[in-house]
Amino acid sequence: MSQQNLNFDYKFGFSMPEKNVFKAEKGLNGKTVSDISHMKKEPDWMREFRLKAYDSFKKRKMPKWGANLSKIDFDNIYYYIKPTEKQVNSWTDLPKEIKDTYDKIGVPEAEKNFLSGVSAQYESEVVYESINKELDKRGVIFCDMDTALKKYPKIIKEYFGTLISPHDNKFASLNSAVWSGGSFVYVPKGVKLPMPLQAYFRINAERFGQFERTLIIAEEGSFVHYIEGCTAPIYTTASLHSAVVEIFVKKGARVRYTTVQNWSHNIYNLVTKRSIVDEAGIMEWVDCNIGSGVTMKYPTVILKGRKSHGEVLSIAYAAKGQHQDAGAKIYHIGPDTTSRIISKSISKDGGRTSYRGLVQVSPGAKNSKIYVSCDALIMDKLSRSDTYPHMRINEKDCEVQHEATVEKLGEEKLFYLASRGIKKPEAESLLVNGFIEPVVKEIPLEYSIELNRLIRMEMSGSVG
Amino acid sequence: MLKLENLTIAVANKIIIKNLNLKFEKNKVYVLMGPNGSGKSTLALTLMGHPLYQIKSGKIIFENKNITNLDSTKKANAGIFLSFQSPLTLSGISIFSLLRTAIAGKKDPLALREEIEKTAKLLKIKNELLERSFNEGTSGGEKKKLELLQALILNPKLLMFDEIDTGVDVDALKTIAQYMEKNREGKTYLIITHYNRILKYVKPDVVLVMINGKIVKRGDYKLAEEIEKNGYEKIVKKSKIKVQKQV
Repeated sequence: MSQQNLNFDYKFGFSMPEKNVFKAEKGLNGKTVSDISHMKKEPDWMREFRLKAYDSFKKRKMPKWGANLSKIDFDNIYYYIKPTEKQVNSWTDLPKEIKDTYDKIGVPEAEKNFLSGVSAQYESEVVYESINKELDKRGVIFCDMDTALKKYPKIIKEYFGTLISPHDNKFASLNSAVWSGGSFVYVPKGVKLPMPLQAYFRINAERFGQFERTLIIAEEGSFVHYIEGCTAPIYTTASLHSAVVEIFVKKGARVRYTTVQNWSHNIYNLVTKRSIVDEAGIMEWVDCNIGSGVTMKYPTVILKGRKSHGEVLSIAYAAKGQHQDAGAKIYHIGPDTTSRIISKSISKDGGRTSYRGLVQVSPGAKNSKIYVSCDALIMDKLSRSDTYPHMRINEKDCEVQHEATVEKLGEEKLFYLASRGIKKPEAESLLVNGFIEPVVKEIPLEYSIELNRLIRMEMSGSVG
Repeated sequence: MLKLENLTIAVANKIIIKNLNLKFEKNKVYVLMGPNGSGKSTLALTLMGHPLYQIKSGKIIFENKNITNLDSTKKANAGIFLSFQSPLTLSGISIFSLLRTAIAGKKDPLALREEIEKTAKLLKIKNELLERSFNEGTSGGEKKKLELLQALILNPKLLMFDEIDTGVDVDALKTIAQYMEKNREGKTYLIITHYNRILKYVKPDVVLVMINGKIVKRGDYKLAEEIEKNGYEKIVKKSKIKVQKQV
């Protein structure tokens, strides 16, 4: 193990000894793909799905746009690690080093206080899972994707990979080939979850790839808030996190998906997230990217049904050596559809943020309304921010509003705060927290406190 | 309590104030008048430690300590306060969080909140202004009241009011001036103004006229009245100073 504490301020940078049950050989080939499928005792269709996806992955070139991915060495990554023999539903039944990990991150504590259910993925597998018994009785399903494939094969086959095809993009293909873990959420008609579900993703091993796969189906009139958090140890070598998330929002249903991404800086975070919304449904992505070395992620909403609504609220923070290339995509297909994109990005100490967004209005999406606002805050001369907003409007009868600001952390604001006796680091973090406040207020309190703390920590940690 | 010795101040290497000598005493109210661009705000911003205002030579002695080279945070913590001429907007930051950060550790947050609410009520500041982004969508009068509110909470020793009476309606001015007068004990005031009306409430001890970075006349309340009536022309002629046009 070559753990190196490069950044003392990253609270979750510790690693635990590896006591895996199984670790696939390094690198990727067709055999590894079918081995994973075989070991998971999957049906034939899934094995074929994986192999086709692997073919696409091999054929596809690396994307030429976005962040620099040229240093990813696909042969130098472990694609599958099974950390424990079986999944448990009590924290105390976990191996000590895994339980300690989640204790340090504070997941069991949060579960007691304000969650409807928790899923904890360690390396490739979900090692712990629980759901509120009342919700279980009312037919809510919250389990890992591997279990879902065994227990609910029909519904998985109906939805899996239909929104994000295994040939969608190179990293979606990779995920489709080697996926493991992730969540399956099914909310029956009319059921509204009173508290959020939380999935927690932890990478422990070095040079590892985590490829979880999540599918959420919210039936008519239902509501669910799903929160995901992620952390990893700090290594000098790169690891890869490449997830695929598909969400189906049925008539009048509402899904909110909140991400607090706090990977260590040696992680490439390349994620495909997409949702489709039926009539009068609401999809909200709240996407906070604080960690990782490179992130490319553009949560997508397809507004298919009349009067459906989509939102992407995001915060990106990039310090030294980080590039957050994030944004949003919204497709207006149905009439009377509305959407709102609010993006706030901060770059500091040579970090780079890019907002990349697409709003498309198809012919017939009459009377649709779009509001896009992206604000960038650049903390110093070393840092950089770019905006790539794309609009494809093919319907005359629609209303589009777009606002963008780039702000350099103003000398005058710092002076004003200093004149009240506030020291520079506190003044900076006050201004940054003020800047992201419109998004932070949408996040549950427990997380917004954590988010403010994270940013404060990142900012003070990166001085000098 | 405050002594300026041979103070020379430049902005972008252009000298604005040259060899200024001034003394300020405790419990006194000083008024600084003068045409636009004469250096009044420059003096206030320099005393507050604005990074763009360079002290070329001379000293600032505050309570017997040389504070010439202290940064603005330290100057503020030493007891200097500036009520800004045009207070800026701070998105996402309420006056509560601003003052909580400024006072961090010195007062209990709950007690501080109550104190802010109480003081705001006295100054007739609407409660909703305390919760929302600082100065976002506020009127001129509300902005200046929020400046005074901070002064009353932070309780400094030297208070500089840079045109606290500009952009303020009659009622707001009255409230502001009343509370300035009420809290002057033990403090030193430096009021920068163009008008007499605030001085009806806050009686000055000394009136100073600054032209081209120099104090050209010193007097009492009557001097302020005279200026309001006749403008600066007479003083300019008498002192044989050429007024530079503002760039």
